[in-house]
Amino acid sequence: MTAILTATGLKKRFGGIEAVKDVNFEVHPGECVVLAGDNGAGKSTIIKMISGVYQPTEGTVTFDGETLTGKSPEAVRRSGIETIYQDLALADNLDAGLNLYLGREKMTKVLGIPVLDRKAMRNAAVEVLKSLGIVVPDPTAPVRDMSGGQRQAIAIARAIHWQAKLVILDEPTAALGVPEQREVMALIERLKKKGVAIILISHNLPDIFAAADRIIVLARGVIGGERRPSETNDEEIVRLMMGATL
Amino acid sequence: MKSLLNAWSWLFLVLILGFFEIYARMETGQTFLFRIYNIQSISVAASQILLLSLGLTLVVVAGHIDLSIAFSTGLAAVVMALVIRIIGPESGWLVVILAMAAGLLSAVIVGLVNGWLVAQLNGPSFIGTLGTFGIARGVALIVAGGATVSIRSEEARSFGNGEILGIPVPVLLALVLAAACHFILTYTKFGVHTYALGANRASVERAGVDVKKHLVMLFVISAITAGVGGLVYTGRFSAGAANASEPILLYAVAAVFIGGASLTGGQGTVIGTVIGAFIIAVIQFGLVFSGLPPYWQFVAVGLVIIVAVLVDQSRDKLTGKLS
Repeated sequence: MTAILTATGLKKRFGGIEAVKDVNFEVHPGECVVLAGDNGAGKSTIIKMISGVYQPTEGTVTFDGETLTGKSPEAVRRSGIETIYQDLALADNLDAGLNLYLGREKMTKVLGIPVLDRKAMRNAAVEVLKSLGIVVPDPTAPVRDMSGGQRQAIAIARAIHWQAKLVILDEPTAALGVPEQREVMALIERLKKKGVAIILISHNLPDIFAAADRIIVLARGVIGGERRPSETNDEEIVRLMMGATL
Repeated sequence: MKSLLNAWSWLFLVLILGFFEIYARMETGQTFLFRIYNIQSISVAASQILLLSLGLTLVVVAGHIDLSIAFSTGLAAVVMALVIRIIGPESGWLVVILAMAAGLLSAVIVGLVNGWLVAQLNGPSFIGTLGTFGIARGVALIVAGGATVSIRSEEARSFGNGEILGIPVPVLLALVLAAACHFILTYTKFGVHTYALGANRASVERAGVDVKKHLVMLFVISAITAGVGGLVYTGRFSAGAANASEPILLYAVAAVFIGGASLTGGQGTVIGTVIGAFIIAVIQFGLVFSGLPPYWQFVAVGLVIIVAVLVDQSRDKLTGKLS
């Protein structure tokens, strides 16, 4: 299968510090690649270079046949990469439908005047969330009334609804309780089944082993090793994170 | 339970109307509420507050504040009066309309500066608009030569004091602008982005909304409704004064918060603000009507503000527990 995303020779320098040095990897459709590593290993810098927040000092990112390097975050998003940050960036006072469509609201016409189609947006949100196995008790309620897992689902639903081909998840379970962590892991499974490629940022070992098809371990800006979960164990991953290259 | 708490301002309005009605009947044997004159007076007082607080509501929902409204009102009032005075009132409606356009334009400039300060410098709106509040006040006093600019224009007078179908023109204007602001906030993308901005700036930014442009537009809308307030003032009193709305700035801010908005943003409605303005107007007029010294209105409105804050706090706690 051909890769949907290819990072070639990625390098990022901040002043005198080289945060990322010569990183190469590929992601295939329907595959979950985990970028694992300790704080400061360069995980966040790499995903920001993919999502367009940072431009690499050297190297290129190609996605679905086009070059992403040099594009704005907005343009990257439009080409089919959705990045879900830890804080989710939801508007807590709005319902799930409006959050799903935020910035791309659906309009209808009443007496020739364009107005928000809240009902259609709400229904679409209920549908997408149902496809993720989440039932929203009251679709008109603001999302602040929902659980951490459900809120994560809305952020993921946004990616599915707008047909993202690659979803980047930054520490999605960091702020969640155990049952909600399981919910999110189940969501990732469903995303994969839909053929969506996933890059998961994590330093939580159980999460890494539960979700990954491939684990790429970063240490001090370089890839310390690449393993399949079946070929490795906690101990080795930790050792790689600490910077022992094998 | 939740909707009951949201409806408290309605209830409060009904309660104070009931209070003054009973008081009036016991003291004077007359009705308070069912007299056209009283209803008109209350509505005019409410519309004065509303013209300042309508645009402000949108700004507060977005999580900001606009303190300069009182003086965009004064500036618009003075500019309108000056233009009429310079050209002369003989040209009738033409000069009045020209003068109103000039007045509104001066307010829009204040709004643009506010928006630019808050958006570009990324500064707190409380400080930024406090600055433009001072500047607009100074400019209005300078162009007015430190005095009230009186005019003799029959057309301007009829704009400020006329009635259409028994509804005073200022009330009609306030209602039209209230409907417009309600529409913007409830039925447009701009409205949704305003609520989202108040809740979480990152949510709209990542959704690709131009937040800086949005902020500028919010402050311009606020300046426009306040500017219309200034035009109405010049019309009503046949004079433009730099401090036209200074006494009601506090009431305008109070109306927004009594109406359910929160200082932290993301909450509030235009309908709530309309009720808030009416609560204050009923207290103002009711106290005068009851023959109490008018200074009690400051005390009464102050108390309502405190009650509004307490209700807001307990609502947050209660709904937090309910969910």
